[in-house]
Amino acid sequence: MERGSIPPVIAKRVIPCLDVHGGQVTRGVQFGKAEAGELRNVGDPVALALRYNEQGADEMVFFDITATAHGRSTMVDVIERAADQCFMPLTVGGGIKSVEDMYTMLRAGADKISINSSALANPDLIRAGAEKYGSQCIVVSIDAKRVGPDRWEVFSHGGRKSTGRDAAAWAVEAVALGAGEIVLNSIDADGTKAGFDLVITRRISESVGVPVVASGGAGSLAHMAEVLLEGRADAVLAASIFHFGQHTVGDVKQFLASKNIPVRL
Amino acid sequence: MIALLDYGSGNLRSVHKALLKAGADVRIARNPAEMKDCRAVVLPGVGAFDDCMHAMEKQELLGGVRDFIKTGRPFLGICVGYQALFERSEEFNSSAGGLGIFAGKVVRFDGSPALKVPQIGWNQLEIQRPDCPLFEGIPGGSHVYFVHSFFPRPENPGIVSTTTDYGGSFASSVWHENVFGTQFHPEKSQKVGLRLLANFVALTRK
Repeated sequence: MERGSIPPVIAKRVIPCLDVHGGQVTRGVQFGKAEAGELRNVGDPVALALRYNEQGADEMVFFDITATAHGRSTMVDVIERAADQCFMPLTVGGGIKSVEDMYTMLRAGADKISINSSALANPDLIRAGAEKYGSQCIVVSIDAKRVGPDRWEVFSHGGRKSTGRDAAAWAVEAVALGAGEIVLNSIDADGTKAGFDLVITRRISESVGVPVVASGGAGSLAHMAEVLLEGRADAVLAASIFHFGQHTVGDVKQFLASKNIPVRL
Repeated sequence: MIALLDYGSGNLRSVHKALLKAGADVRIARNPAEMKDCRAVVLPGVGAFDDCMHAMEKQELLGGVRDFIKTGRPFLGICVGYQALFERSEEFNSSAGGLGIFAGKVVRFDGSPALKVPQIGWNQLEIQRPDCPLFEGIPGGSHVYFVHSFFPRPENPGIVSTTTDYGGSFASSVWHENVFGTQFHPEKSQKVGLRLLANFVALTRK
């Protein structure tokens, strides 16, 4: 590109998500099913991370769905190996309950820490993490489910338990406490490949002053463009669409670029 | 040998591995004695400005870094390690002093309410100093990875080697003589970042 030919602009991010269970990447068919044992084995997390790194992924999220002590030590090893070979941003989530847990993952090579149920149980963890490592490090992940014509509630424990909290209100509160990014996962859309929930994504993106990552429901390239444009998301996160070879990260970015969405090619 | 300063910063391992990938011999240094005989120093950093300054102070790294820089050998500060080169920060009523190598303070993005802060993601470099050895082989418009809410505002515009636009233009890197600083994370910026680090490593071979 010729210097100064177009004004510089921050790129929309495309983020593959790796659910790690017992050291392997797995994928549940729909929300919560992974925890119930309905898993498809996708492969070695580091091998997949390297593949997505080659494809031009902007970031990667590793999610520990084991959430046991043994699972966590496996996770540290996965992050270390991925960080040693992929010189790109890594986010780690799942089972992080304290600032010490955060530090362990950061030292292993993670750049951002994603918390969900532990933030709901102890919102002060958001503040403590942000104070220690900066807001840019603390991601609050929200599992939202539509419970009425115009109401989305936050669910915890892998989407099994309603907290009764309004999703957008929780996002605003999390940001006030110090969250530097929100990942919004639509429970209704997750795993359906029917498209992201545009309404709640946009509502949250317009209510908070931090980046919002849309997750759950990516089934086609058009869905990705939709949630970035109509949903006002700053990034898209997806798993199955990449894991099962339907599209590469490069395909997604080429498509987004063709829709005049700024991406890093 | 390049000294990589360890004062508890979270991104130490990533910077270490990226320097190795870029061809460097690296020593993790925790005190001034361990960096003294090295050919270059890298100061990583993520998190809160005051936390970083206090941790460095505890390990007597403030004086150590100032002395090292005076020797004229290459020095690179990354993210908060870049911000630390300035006099002070406006972060959360910060009271800690910076290294004061450069005049200016660290400020927060305060653009339009529509501007998302922190800036998280890949943004582009506009090269202001094409003669800066760190950017050899890196074209203007290249994307690098940022994750920050604050950035330094140098008083001397002449030290700004690249700018980046995020609700307005800011100094995404600086260069003066032997001292380099980048607000972005070269260790997380894939090929472009590794090239920048390799350029830095090359300076130690001259």
